[in-house]
Amino acid sequence: MRVYGTEVSSRLLLGTAQYPSPKVLAEAITASGCEIITVSLRRETADGSGAGFWDLLRDTGTRILPNTAGCHSVQEAVTTAQMAREVFGTNWIKLEVIGHSDTLQPDVFGLVEAARILCADGFEVFPYTTDDLVVGEKLVEAGCELLMPWGAPIGSGQGLRNPDALRAMRAHFPDIPLIVDAGIGRPSDAAQAMELGIDAVLLNTAVAKAGDPVAMARAMALGIEAGRMGHMAEPMEPRDMAVPSTPLLGLAELG
Amino acid sequence: MITIAGAGLAGLACALELARRGAQVRVFDPGHAPGDRSVARYAGGMLAPWCERESAEEEVITLGAQAADWWAEVTPVTRRGTLVVTPPRDRAELQRFARRTAGFRGVDGDEIASLEPALAGRFSQGLFFEQEAHLDPRRALRDLTATVQELGVEIIYGTPAPSGVTLDCTGMASPVEGLRPVRGEMAILHCPEVQITRTLRLLHPRMPLYLVPRGDGHYMIGGTMIESSSTRAISLRSLSELLSAAFALHPGFAEASVVETGAGLRPAFADNLPRLVQQGDTLHLNGLYRHGFLLAPAMAARAADHLISETSHEPDRQRATA
Repeated sequence: MRVYGTEVSSRLLLGTAQYPSPKVLAEAITASGCEIITVSLRRETADGSGAGFWDLLRDTGTRILPNTAGCHSVQEAVTTAQMAREVFGTNWIKLEVIGHSDTLQPDVFGLVEAARILCADGFEVFPYTTDDLVVGEKLVEAGCELLMPWGAPIGSGQGLRNPDALRAMRAHFPDIPLIVDAGIGRPSDAAQAMELGIDAVLLNTAVAKAGDPVAMARAMALGIEAGRMGHMAEPMEPRDMAVPSTPLLGLAELG
Repeated sequence: MITIAGAGLAGLACALELARRGAQVRVFDPGHAPGDRSVARYAGGMLAPWCERESAEEEVITLGAQAADWWAEVTPVTRRGTLVVTPPRDRAELQRFARRTAGFRGVDGDEIASLEPALAGRFSQGLFFEQEAHLDPRRALRDLTATVQELGVEIIYGTPAPSGVTLDCTGMASPVEGLRPVRGEMAILHCPEVQITRTLRLLHPRMPLYLVPRGDGHYMIGGTMIESSSTRAISLRSLSELLSAAFALHPGFAEASVVETGAGLRPAFADNLPRLVQQGDTLHLNGLYRHGFLLAPAMAARAADHLISETSHEPDRQRATA
């Protein structure tokens, strides 16, 4: 998979919040084989005071995708993105503009506006969006080279609440990498996304808050791999009647 | 003579363990009064290893189970357990907490009301960790200081430690490798209208809270964990979340006075467990993270074993360090 010109082999992106310890996080990253991790930059840590934790993240050898988690306005998101570029030395930014405090769903109007500003400023934007096609188009027009539709609200673990919409997105954006971001709860959710032809999955809580985060990270990676392989292998279409899998011809005639 | 840098929680606990083993101990601290430079001032003072297991390794229980007994010899310890509750909407959080912990029994609304009458009718389900306890961190630091001084430990305030001390317990000021700061924030409320007698934990996916009674209508609330070295005052976001959570626990807290807020940096290693680290001639005890009062006794005993076996050349007394 290519994201903004970078070839990555793992189709799992991991968030880094809420783990029992940085050690468990590092082990989960290793167990999953993930190559990209997201890190939220809050204003309170942008002065470099988060450096202790960031050093541990850099030690994992993964590529860091800073995000604007928790930003509720265009200005806040743009400022946070600019601070993240300084702190992490990357043009990559996962763009979140939150529109609703209970569901944490994206403010798609603010998202498109912020994406336009950041793309013009040389950022490579990973927009966290809904599964709305028109919003997707506007983000692509704004300069985004990939889209990150939600599966369900952040941290809810509900899985893919609207697989049909993701299927439509896949059909509508055949050449744009699609990464399902948010809502994944179980490995089967991740596998389902991949079977739909989604290119990658970004998740955090499902691993961080699992009883055994390291085992769950591996399980997610396997689910993603299985789903991807299944998609590439062109699954059969469902039929509305039974078809015996054993040929009838050549059955023994018993009297 | 054993010299210790830092008269905070770790340094004083080690001084006590060493003095009890008959060692002569001198402690240096740049502060001017017991604990005035110690992050332990802002601690909850919970002795709650079974609850902490929710997000910590098993070692927190094995090292912390005896902490309440250790402290009871030094300072008043309230042994009334911990009550964990959650709003009805977040019942899944309670199930998750129960799966991750041990040493509790499930309680219904009636039992919650009999344990804490102030919560009658407010919560219908909870977990009660009967063996847990709490103490008042500032009182404990003062009492611990007095206890070690009675045993002949010399504490020299206003003086940074000379180089080459035997034991370094300076928290984030320590040069030991692999430490990172984890910021914690707290507030102290005065609210005589609400009478709660034991530590409460409110589980919530976004704003988890613990509340520890300090007596005389005072309550300490806390719960934030931020990967940051900033020592600025508590942020409005954190404070409003803590206060909202307290209000969710009991609306009577709306009338509380916020008498103090604070923020401190808890030193932690990557696994969030404390360690003894030998660096040159100095042994370091550090990384107590959010478990200072809980794990200091066991770690201090290990440090004392290590130092005394070393000085008396009794290899059979040497224990593996954590």
